[in-house]
Amino acid sequence: MTTHDLVILGSGPAGMAAAAAAVAHGITAVVVDEQPAPGGQIYRSIETTPIKERRILGNDYWCGEELVDGLDDPRIDYRPGTTLWQLTRQLEVGLLQGDQASMVRARHVILAHGAMERPFPVPGWTLPGVMTAGSGQIMLKSGGLVPSAPVVLAGCGPLLLLLAVQYLRAGVPIAALLDTSSPGQYRDALPLMPGALRNIRTLLKGVGLLAELRRAGVKHVRHVTALEAEGENRLERVRWRCGNDPEWHSLTTPLLLLHQGVVPNTQVTRALDCTHDWDERQLSWRPRTDTWLATDVEGVSVAGDAGGIVGAKASAFQGRLAGLGAAIALGRVNEDQIRAEVKRLRRELKRETAIRPFLDTLYQPAAQWRLPEDNTVVCRCEEVTAGEVRNMAKQGCRGPNQTKSFTRCGMGPCQGRMCGLTVSELLADANGQSVSETGYYRLRPPFKPITLGQLATAAEDISR
Amino acid sequence: MFKRLTPPDAPMQKTVIVYFNGRQVTAQDGDTIAAALLAAGVEACRTTPVSGSQRGPYCMMGVCFECLVEVDDVPNVQGCQVHVKDGMQIRSQHGARRLG
Repeated sequence: MTTHDLVILGSGPAGMAAAAAAVAHGITAVVVDEQPAPGGQIYRSIETTPIKERRILGNDYWCGEELVDGLDDPRIDYRPGTTLWQLTRQLEVGLLQGDQASMVRARHVILAHGAMERPFPVPGWTLPGVMTAGSGQIMLKSGGLVPSAPVVLAGCGPLLLLLAVQYLRAGVPIAALLDTSSPGQYRDALPLMPGALRNIRTLLKGVGLLAELRRAGVKHVRHVTALEAEGENRLERVRWRCGNDPEWHSLTTPLLLLHQGVVPNTQVTRALDCTHDWDERQLSWRPRTDTWLATDVEGVSVAGDAGGIVGAKASAFQGRLAGLGAAIALGRVNEDQIRAEVKRLRRELKRETAIRPFLDTLYQPAAQWRLPEDNTVVCRCEEVTAGEVRNMAKQGCRGPNQTKSFTRCGMGPCQGRMCGLTVSELLADANGQSVSETGYYRLRPPFKPITLGQLATAAEDISR
Repeated sequence: MFKRLTPPDAPMQKTVIVYFNGRQVTAQDGDTIAAALLAAGVEACRTTPVSGSQRGPYCMMGVCFECLVEVDDVPNVQGCQVHVKDGMQIRSQHGARRLG
């Protein structure tokens, strides 16, 4: 089995920065990414996007060019179109490129596989025509694909506002922006404003996005407290209620894009059995890491949004720190030699993330979006409703691995990615226990589908 | 549901022909299968194994597994993770995937 010094999963800001920092200390880094091109989701298709008019996607997108250029380094073995299907605590790494599977060994692994959108279970969210804001942005960046009829955007969070503004700039009509944040959140976030002022640039950008939407006259519906997608076999209408008003409003639309913030994708760190903590403010799990972003599994670090949501800029700082941490762990550099650089990185990271408590409070999804009503599907794959999960709690299920055994909830192709957070929170709520006590799914490889035929090619590879 | 923005300064993309349930679909080089289908007006690409309800692409980033299709007789392919190739035969996946 081939042994590599460093394997980095993901070529978003964290992964690219980690690679650049590590190779500067004589390490050869293997960077694997499922996507065919670098950038992660944030800088997706930056080299090939048909949207060349820079103001549409904005400066925060185009500033990724520098990191992407940095990947073009002979010391970085960048492998696009490569899926991670296995990673063991002994740092055996299972990869799949096309139909060719392989197993390699790593001395150090940096997981920089980023975030995913928080599940947003509302009635009708499984209908074709209901997608996520992230999916809308991916199609815009990679194919220049935009809604062909006025679109409804619903939820909250910076990405939703950004997408709305990008659509406006591209001349795409928005039927309505349904904002699910509540007035109480502005009140709760206000005391955190002084911290946010340390990252005034980001704060002003948010204010700018809102102003741009207002100037354009976008129908911005605030304090939405109930939301439903309706239609026979496909989305036809979106219905909503505001505040305590019992009246339902509705709009006919072929496309609803949902967003309720982003959360770390913990599939791999969970399968490794890293210790995870429940983040009360971000309402998501995060793998526990030290000041070098190292987890409690020997040789495994987590950088960027995969370890807790920090945003693209902070992800790159974390990536650099994790890359330097790997160089120290591999004995290529002494901590004293890089003290000044590390101090500067930690300072910049701190400044960049100073806005998080404010943002996380302002855009924290309210309980009704996380704990849906009984008849709402929570596990999309196996079509298990919130009511069935609550019923399982009544029967004595304390954790999601029990409900999984009884209902198949979380056992479908997505392996719990789309229901895991909801199920843990539903069970915690129903059982009157904390989410930490409730726990999460026990995850196992393969992380992504791999056929027996493909798996067999790994065996041939090892025996050679 | 989706259309292509063609800004005046965009370079001409190569066209790729694929087939969805036997119907010819014109895609652009670099499209994923899921994006190509959405651009061609295909909304649902599979039915679920449990209730047989219609599903279409949801996350477009490999997380939700809603865009599963059969590609050249291989079932359970994530449409949003695989790029179109000329002549590709894509079929919607009904119920559970076939074995073997």
